[in-house]
Amino acid sequence: MKSLKISIAALIGISGLFIGCQSGGQKKAASATGSDAASSVYVAPGEYDEFYAFMSGGFSGQLSVQGLPSGRVFKVIPVFSVDAEKGYGFNEETKPMLNTSHGFIPWDDAHHPELSQTDGVPDGRWCFINGNNTPRVARIDLKTFETTEILELPNSGGNHSSPFITENSEYIVAGTRFSVPIPQRNMPINLAKGNFKGALSFITANEPGNMTIKFQILVPGFDYDLAHSGKGKSHGWTFFTTYNTEEAHTLKEAYASQNDKDYIAAVNWKKAEEYLAAGNFTEMPAEYAHNYYDERTQSATSSMLKTVKVLDPAKCPGLIYYMPCPKSPHGIDVNPTGDYIVGAGKLSADLTVHSFDKMIAAIEGKQFDGDAYGIPVLKFDAVNIGTVSSGGLGPLHTEFDDKGNAYTSFFISSEVVKWKVGTWEVLDRVPCYYSVGHLMIPGGDSKKPWGKYMVAMNKITKDRYLPTGPEMCHSAQLYDISGEKMKLILDFPTMGEPHYAQGIHADVVKPNSQKIYRLDENEHPFACKKESEARVERDGKDVHVYMTMIRSHFAPDNISGLEVGDRVYFHVTNLEQDWDTPHGFSVLGANNSELLIMPGQTETLVWEPKKEGVWPFYCTDFCSALHQEMQGYLGVGAKGQGGELKWSLGD
Amino acid sequence: MKHLSKVLMLLTIPLTLQLFFFPLWQITLEAPQYPEGITMFIWINKITGTTEYTLQNINILNHYIGMKYIEPDSIPELKYFPWVVIGIAFLEVLGLFWYNRWYYLFIGALVFALSCLGVYDFYLWEYDYGHNLDPNAPIKIEGMVYQPPLIGSKMLLNFNAISLPATGGYLFLLGNIFGFLSFVLFPKKK
Ligand SMILES: [Cu+2]
Repeated sequence: MKSLKISIAALIGISGLFIGCQSGGQKKAASATGSDAASSVYVAPGEYDEFYAFMSGGFSGQLSVQGLPSGRVFKVIPVFSVDAEKGYGFNEETKPMLNTSHGFIPWDDAHHPELSQTDGVPDGRWCFINGNNTPRVARIDLKTFETTEILELPNSGGNHSSPFITENSEYIVAGTRFSVPIPQRNMPINLAKGNFKGALSFITANEPGNMTIKFQILVPGFDYDLAHSGKGKSHGWTFFTTYNTEEAHTLKEAYASQNDKDYIAAVNWKKAEEYLAAGNFTEMPAEYAHNYYDERTQSATSSMLKTVKVLDPAKCPGLIYYMPCPKSPHGIDVNPTGDYIVGAGKLSADLTVHSFDKMIAAIEGKQFDGDAYGIPVLKFDAVNIGTVSSGGLGPLHTEFDDKGNAYTSFFISSEVVKWKVGTWEVLDRVPCYYSVGHLMIPGGDSKKPWGKYMVAMNKITKDRYLPTGPEMCHSAQLYDISGEKMKLILDFPTMGEPHYAQGIHADVVKPNSQKIYRLDENEHPFACKKESEARVERDGKDVHVYMTMIRSHFAPDNISGLEVGDRVYFHVTNLEQDWDTPHGFSVLGANNSELLIMPGQTETLVWEPKKEGVWPFYCTDFCSALHQEMQGYLGVGAKGQGGELKWSLGD
Repeated sequence: MKHLSKVLMLLTIPLTLQLFFFPLWQITLEAPQYPEGITMFIWINKITGTTEYTLQNINILNHYIGMKYIEPDSIPELKYFPWVVIGIAFLEVLGLFWYNRWYYLFIGALVFALSCLGVYDFYLWEYDYGHNLDPNAPIKIEGMVYQPPLIGSKMLLNFNAISLPATGGYLFLLGNIFGFLSFVLFPKKK
């Protein structure tokens, strides 16, 4: 034990030295790229990338859309964090998206994007992503590339092992990274062990507007780290890695790293459905928000849910088993055929491969090695089919290509190792610059990977780019994996900290991308669809402005009779019906943000004038030759002295 | 020969009535920021575009130079042209029964005359839209008029405007040729 720890420490030290040596790093990287690398990632002006990559923003709380192989950034989609650029979380329509049982939360930590699947293949309908801090999951619609639904998770202390979809998008899952008292109550922390619990949630994924926790399973209070659902023969099961089976509550870096093996939790969710149908659950009081952006009304609503269905493993035999896996496993990945479950023990050198067939046989033959809080632990040798002796250190995550190979990232030894599924032999290895976390192959966690490129998402950047002060971008690296040897072909910066990404062939997504919102389908309650109907209405202190915008003017563009202390709602409708003709809207002294309104859309900005005067507003998105003229004035009088409410466009 | 002449007259009928299914004329605007081009189709009874919003988008662009809005409802031709077309088809059907050489010439000549009038009318509309500009337009360029060509292409500021007959126009012209041919090939009395 001790000697392993020392050698790890030594290796971390060595990699640190290596990182510190700038010229050495650059030389190595340069020689690692082939002479034809430039042409293989070159996407000529006006041409399209072959793949979309959806990269999580980590601590930015957002999701960025980038192209492969170019690495170009197309859009940063706001999900869990407010975005003043797009008005997300600032305009009245999207504020409810960030509502939770703790109130309005303007930020989260978004880790793992997951594309919807049909028959185990990414289908390009939605991308899901988890929020780790205030536990949530979100749906992003890939017609509009907008966040349309967010569900909070009760009984979770941090939603990390999520969303990891099932093969027909029946469920996305959510396991807690921090176990907590369930139900929540204050208690001495030294009583955590045995009293804290975890919850594994199964959430309906394929009914937009109806994201529901179908059921939760209350599990022992370990840390549930990552997950993947089975496919093919293992469809019906979802696998979660655990660490801190020691149930330490302090100095976890040491105390949670003591057990030689932690567990992979194998959950039979088809069995869960049977128990659910048989009424073998409890309806537990809870409080959690469900937020839905309705494309028809172009507005989000937030509703607070009060109960959740909970399954107790003790009363549901066969629902869940633990498979031992060495050294605090992080990634848990299922190969495209669904035969093998690969655990990446992040403090070890090797990968542990369990067999689904052996697992079923072990369950049937009751090959148990005791239990953990009543959950049967399967014998390691009864489920294990192979070990990949990688020669690296710190395996984190594995994806697959379409030729029977697997690719595993190694954080500590800063490399990707390619190995053969079935024989477990190492075929190739390439260095990463530096310290790779997750990696991604388009479709690489599905039944049909597009095995052409592999992206390594690195945690340390150092000297890879022109420096930008102490804070550097996180770096990704693109490898060509179409041949026998992996070839580094591109470094590219990313937004926030991508913990994971999903890739999909552009042909699956591009044809469905929406160009406008149809004005005749706009059912926003405050929409104004004709310039002739633009108006201002006062209701006490509330003033509602029904405003239109079209190249290159607002209607009305002069309003007078407002007063200090008013609450002015600008409901602004973009009358354009042409692709890529958004307009912006901003008012001097507004305490929120701008609006950025797409063609056919209505958005609302609240302005509470604080000072008397004539205040300008204007269009913020350079829309046309007369964009600079797209502006207006708001006359504000002292309290009670605004005069008659008037509005106009042209004299 | 009698047979062929009558067959040609018969063919003019569908070549006339197809105008309800195909546009007569098309005007395409090309500019760098409109990579797919903007095409407006002129029918005997309506004006359409590549998408259902094309007309609105053209009107937005046109308002910068002070051009009047193109509003199909305010163009009377779109209301009575269909009846003219039905009338022509009726006269052609009559030709199948009233088998008279001079009547055949009359049909050919009438359709030709009406076509010329139609094109002249189109020219007048183009002239009106191109010259009759709002004096308060944001973009005013001394001496510049925005009349698209009758046939062919012309640069109008940043746009290359291309005006050409469309499918229906070509087919109608073919019908007119058939009409004249049915007269030319009409068996002469010995
Ligand atoms: Cu504008």
